[in-house]
Amino acid sequence: MSEGILEVSDSNFDAEVMQSEKPVMVDFWAPWCGPCKAIGPIVEELAGEFGDRVKFTKCNVDDNPVSPGKFGIKAIPTLIFFKQGKIVDQITGMVAKAKLEKSINSVL
Amino acid sequence: MENADYDLVIIGGGPAGLTAGIYAARARLNVILFEKLVPGGQILVTDWIENYPGFPDGISGSDLVENMTKQAKRLGLKIESNEVVSLDLSGKVKKIILDNGTVTANAIILATGAHPQKLGVPGEDAFFGRGISFCATCDGPFFRNKTVAAVGGGDTAVQESLFLTKFARKVYLIHRRDKLRAAKILQERAFANNKIEFVWNSVVTRIEGSDGLEKIVVKNVKTGEEKELAVDGCFIWVGILPNTGFLGNSVKLDEYGFVIAGHKMETSVPGVFAAGDGRNTPLRQVATAVGDAAIAAFSAEHYIESLKN
Repeated sequence: MSEGILEVSDSNFDAEVMQSEKPVMVDFWAPWCGPCKAIGPIVEELAGEFGDRVKFTKCNVDDNPVSPGKFGIKAIPTLIFFKQGKIVDQITGMVAKAKLEKSINSVL
Repeated sequence: MENADYDLVIIGGGPAGLTAGIYAARARLNVILFEKLVPGGQILVTDWIENYPGFPDGISGSDLVENMTKQAKRLGLKIESNEVVSLDLSGKVKKIILDNGTVTANAIILATGAHPQKLGVPGEDAFFGRGISFCATCDGPFFRNKTVAAVGGGDTAVQESLFLTKFARKVYLIHRRDKLRAAKILQERAFANNKIEFVWNSVVTRIEGSDGLEKIVVKNVKTGEEKELAVDGCFIWVGILPNTGFLGNSVKLDEYGFVIAGHKMETSVPGVFAAGDGRNTPLRQVATAVGDAAIAAFSAEHYIESLKN
């Protein structure tokens, strides 16, 4: 696991994401998904830039089907930004880093 | 030769752009490749490629592009994540206007590719990510033992529908004509697959649901009759549109927006070349993209040489 990105599971999703004081970004991904692997490095860069203000997490939907199911996720990569346990932004598919930066800045 | 930041700027990091980069790097050109997302392009979402030579059992799209990227980087290609907003081709030195600045080059290779066309029907955008998908390899596993629809009749639609049958209980393959366009080998596999039910001469007119997608409405184009199909997902593969909007009138495009280029991949502007799916070409495959790109890089190298004399 890359530094600065916390792996979350169905068992700790509530504690690490929903109850988090800091805003949280969850990267829902799976090992079978090419675009997910491709955006991985972008998410890592974002974690480097915003890691002090945003908690960056990844959720493997293959091992953890409950959490993505709760949010109706049927496509990946999907990035969801949570603030105080509420969804403030949700992005599906491959997007440019600039767009994600903009999204994070608007969430903060 | 006038001073420019680069000999060559390659725009787009799919198979065409990466191949052009491999050739240009080996020609020791001062070259950079700009990719707005991450290297890969459309093959990142292709589950399996079995018509690209050299891989006897086929290879996944993401593995193939990862290999191409590694190869290009090993040869010294500089790849930068940056979006090209527009081009200024009025002078001899070409200006490439980026998201965050401008760079100049003596030659440009346009390898911007294409993106999937949408159906343009009600519900399509609303259910994107909640049942609507363009990527079977990403989203197919969400539909284990579910019923899904796939729309289209070309190679992509048939290949990816076959992939979906690994997960889905049933795949409706909806095509507006009464026969497929896909390669015969794919057609044979689809016809032999009892999970695929063909819905011929039909188009999707509406996509409906509440939290998630629940049904689609299809219309028979011959009879005008409409019927509902209860599905949990709908995958759309009805063709592609070129990523050429940023070009404006800077180079000549065909009526569909593809870049017009000749057999040396030269466009209407000297020093600007095109390769891959964004070019007006009769076939859009990885094999044709890399072939185009090798020629484009070769032509660009000769063009740059000619400026020195």
